[in-house]
Amino acid sequence: MEENCLLKLRGIDKLFPGVHALNNVDFTLRKGEIHALMGENGAGKSTLIKILTGVYSMDAGSILVEGKDVHINSPQDAQNNGISTVYQEITLCPNLTVAENMFIGREDNLWVKQKSYEKRAEEILNSLQIPARARQQLGNCSLAVQQMVAIARAVDMQCKVLILDEPTSSLDDKEVNMLFGLMRDLKSRGVGIIFVTHFLEQVYEVSDRITVLRNGELVGEFLTEELPQVQLVAKMIGKELDELNNLSEGEEHKEHTGEVFYEAKGLSSSETLPFDFSIKKGEVNGFTGLLGSGRSESVRAIFGADKVGGGTVKIKGKTVKINKPVDAMKNGIGYLAEDRKRDGIIADLSVRENIILALQVMNGFFKPISRSESEAFADEYIKALNIKTASRETPVGSLSGGNQQKVILARWLLTHPDYLILDEPTRGIDVGTKLEIQKLVLKLAEEDVSVTFISSEIEEMLRTCSRLIVMRDRHIVGELKGNDLNQAQVMKTIAGGESS
Amino acid sequence: MKRLPKLLCVVLTLALVLGLCACGGGKKGGAIKVGVVNNPPSESGYREANVKDMEAVFSAENGYELKTAYSLKNDEQLQAAQGFITEGVDYLLISAAETTGWDEVLKKAKEAGIKVYLFDRMIDVDESLYEAAVVSDMAKEGETAVQWLLDQNLDTYNVIHIQGAMGSDAQIGRTGALDEQFASGKMNKVVQQTATWDEAEAKKIVESVINSGEDFNVIYAENDGMAKGAVAALDEAGITHGVDGQVIVMGFDCNKWALRELKAGAWNYDGQCSPFQAKIISDLIKSGSAPSSKKIINEEKGFDAKTITDSDIETYGLGE
Amino acid sequence: MMKDKLRKIAKGGLGQLAIPLIAIALLVIFNLIRDPGFFVIGLSHNNDGNLVLQGNLISIINGASELAVLAMGMTLVTAACGGQDISVGAAAAIAGSVFVKTLKSGAGISGGKVFVAFLLACIVAMIFGSFNGALVAIFKIQPMIATLILYTCGRSIAYWINGGATPTVSSPIITAMGSFIPGIPIPTPVLIVIFMTILFKLLFRFTSLELFTQSVGINGSAARLNGINTTFIKLLSFIILGVCVAVAGSIGVSRLGLINHETLLLDIEMDAILAVAIGGNSLGGGRFKISGSIIGAYVIQMLTITLYAMKVSSTDVKAYKAIVIVILVVIGSPVFKEKFGKFMNKIRKGKDGYLEKGAEKA
Repeated sequence: MEENCLLKLRGIDKLFPGVHALNNVDFTLRKGEIHALMGENGAGKSTLIKILTGVYSMDAGSILVEGKDVHINSPQDAQNNGISTVYQEITLCPNLTVAENMFIGREDNLWVKQKSYEKRAEEILNSLQIPARARQQLGNCSLAVQQMVAIARAVDMQCKVLILDEPTSSLDDKEVNMLFGLMRDLKSRGVGIIFVTHFLEQVYEVSDRITVLRNGELVGEFLTEELPQVQLVAKMIGKELDELNNLSEGEEHKEHTGEVFYEAKGLSSSETLPFDFSIKKGEVNGFTGLLGSGRSESVRAIFGADKVGGGTVKIKGKTVKINKPVDAMKNGIGYLAEDRKRDGIIADLSVRENIILALQVMNGFFKPISRSESEAFADEYIKALNIKTASRETPVGSLSGGNQQKVILARWLLTHPDYLILDEPTRGIDVGTKLEIQKLVLKLAEEDVSVTFISSEIEEMLRTCSRLIVMRDRHIVGELKGNDLNQAQVMKTIAGGESS
Repeated sequence: MKRLPKLLCVVLTLALVLGLCACGGGKKGGAIKVGVVNNPPSESGYREANVKDMEAVFSAENGYELKTAYSLKNDEQLQAAQGFITEGVDYLLISAAETTGWDEVLKKAKEAGIKVYLFDRMIDVDESLYEAAVVSDMAKEGETAVQWLLDQNLDTYNVIHIQGAMGSDAQIGRTGALDEQFASGKMNKVVQQTATWDEAEAKKIVESVINSGEDFNVIYAENDGMAKGAVAALDEAGITHGVDGQVIVMGFDCNKWALRELKAGAWNYDGQCSPFQAKIISDLIKSGSAPSSKKIINEEKGFDAKTITDSDIETYGLGE
Repeated sequence: MMKDKLRKIAKGGLGQLAIPLIAIALLVIFNLIRDPGFFVIGLSHNNDGNLVLQGNLISIINGASELAVLAMGMTLVTAACGGQDISVGAAAAIAGSVFVKTLKSGAGISGGKVFVAFLLACIVAMIFGSFNGALVAIFKIQPMIATLILYTCGRSIAYWINGGATPTVSSPIITAMGSFIPGIPIPTPVLIVIFMTILFKLLFRFTSLELFTQSVGINGSAARLNGINTTFIKLLSFIILGVCVAVAGSIGVSRLGLINHETLLLDIEMDAILAVAIGGNSLGGGRFKISGSIIGAYVIQMLTITLYAMKVSSTDVKAYKAIVIVILVVIGSPVFKEKFGKFMNKIRKGKDGYLEKGAEKA
């Protein structure tokens, strides 16, 4: 047992102003093991990983690599100790070649000739069966391949411990399987992998062991096969298990019969082909399809986020022009963007300022919301959405992902939209918050707000939507409602071919 | 299409021949052709006055035909001079951007029988290549000013010395004579600072001395603008200046507005590095005789508030 | 409550303003040790017979006026565009030239004429500002590169306006603008700075400029998707800076009643950018505090005057200024703050470790 032990963390402690992020946490990783690190947002997963990779320094505790006490004060230290990380956001350089990306910034390779490292890269790519060529520009590869290149880079640096932080959140099923193949391959070579994800199914598919954290404390370490999924969820969120069950079972998929709120004919943007779309008052519908199928682009076109091509749009029967986001907003449409960091939060601004932003834009340049009013708004929504923040003046960038998402939700709720578009609101978010967001969507629908909901998790969409628009290769290929709303039918429509 | 270059050659040659003919004929007609290569008037107030003076003296009324070329770049000036030689001027007047690189062009001018006068700035060439150089003696300018100051017979001289951009000709010339006085102990240096020709900076320097409470009775500013800045500081502090004032104010350049200050008694002295070389050169040309010396020093002016007249302001003042 | 506040301040709760304020405090202490009379303020009659305030402190506050005004506008441009306008000095020369040109047209100078002249200077400066702004906001050229154009040609344009001379204007109104208004002992430029500060405060109070500018500067993409017209905000920041340029240029001209297009507010763009940086604002854009930049301007000026008072040669002043400014900017950098924070934590822990432990148990 001890011989097998690759990495041992003991009594790790980390304090942030106002938050005890990690409290006496232990963690053990063995050779040739895929170890899932699970927990809600704010559980301390990210902090633990950042300590392990030298981004943060711990306040107390010890790290042992193969039995030796090590001090990790910088990412360089981590690398020297054989600890490599592949982040959720790919941190390579898209305009360099695959080979260059694999060798850049490594001291031992400072004077290596281009030819020789390209050859070496080709070898590694082949041995790991990664579908990329060494001289290809990285930016031209799919996200999954980019991720795999990042892993290959880590492997080539003789890493013993590989940390994968949400590697699958932007991959489709096929790509996920490719990645899992690679992970198993590495496992058989004796690499220890720490796997951080929110996809429970994936945890069960690939991991050997699970460590669960909650509120900065260790809940326990379990063998994957001995821990049923329901119990895992229970351990992660600590409560609300019944509610979860209720939700996933419930919901009749009855078709909506309200008046039409939004209707587009031949709508197109610089990123989409012309398409028709409509939504009724109080209806929840969804766009589904693989990544790149055009689902995000379609909702962006509705919101006027990209350059508008053509088409007519009617809101409550009246023809309107939506050329830019502010037009959509003035017509009662809200849009939570897919990429939270890039298109959602204003990181350095406070929670309060982020919440009032959209309302302020709608009020106009010359009618600023007073300080006291904005404070009241912020407090109201921090409470209503249960946003975990030190104060309303905390910069939103320092909040955890789920709470950032809630802030953006609050921003749009504050505008009291008639129609809310949510593009991947639950991506990279813990189970508890996911649940809250789903409940919120259903509640909004009850209040006669129309909602378009996009998620990579089909189950989630089945739970919330009464109508699903399926896209493939930038075309709408089907619309499912009523009894057709089940996983099998959705998969069939997405995949195409056999069903038609 | 092929014919075009040939045609061009023909036309150019024709133009050249005709031009030469015209030149020969011009002499008979009386108009003397003068080509002036100078720095552009935008360079400074001095240059502006210099250019205007040239244009006024070498006018059609005075029997001249003037061609001008202005550039801050030596090679552009060389090209222009070359052009004037080709055009066939009678006289070539040069104020060069740089002192080197002129041999070839001046030799060509000599071969073509064109007489060359240098003005304002010297060039590193053999004396035989030009008729004469009409230049200012920067050091003389400073000496004149300091001599005037000594003639005031003050009991003590506590001088605030505000310098121009360090290393410029004007700064070196205007500083030298005063430095000698500081060294000999006849005058006390309260402060010696460069304001790099910046009026506002000059004001700050004087303000700083006033705030420190040190005594001073002379402000020697190396141009009019800085003198004005210094005076603004005095005004705000309630210190009188000029004729019968607590502080003697000296400036340089002789801008018209500065001379008016002088006339009003607000300042005491304004010195000038004369930009007026045209008259001297014109006289030499008209006299037809060779100049007595290769280097002609332009007379420098210095004006005293007590003696300056309105006609002085009109004649010698720069700008408007 | 009181204790909480004090503790917050002790913990660096002044935030952004800590560095410039500490810098001022250090300069004050240094000067008091060097010369206890440095800050003495006197009241005396000037040559126009007005009772006016005098002393180094007044020189500092007065002398920094143009810089302070420019720093305000520069802060806004920096925040919105993540870059700086290096053409403010040249643009001020243009604005000043327009101001003088208008004053010199026709005979006599009346209050109305001064107003018109200033208005014209403002319009011209705003036009040049929108030229810069358009290059940055519409054509997405880096601000420093975009403004390099005007930086290079601005003073030539100023030259054309007045035909190259250094024209002078003399009028009691101009003297009042650049020096003292009869009966008011405070220098007028200082009053103008106060006025501009209030103007900015009102602008932030009655428009969403602050929130929008910060949003655009921090995350332009998100700002756009929230309906903010990012192009407009960037353009606006340059136009507002244009107004500041006109004000600064007019003050500069009025001080001496003379415009020298070559030296008016020479090199002030660098000082203005430094003022923004010393004020704790990120030069990469985003969050900003105008007050920080204003204090930054006074820090720079106090430094200059201190060096003058020490009779440091003005050629050397720049070098000394550079040293102090490097120190200030490094202290204000996030890297240093983090290191310093860690260091302070260690000290604190060493000192009252038992307290922390007690608190943890509770």
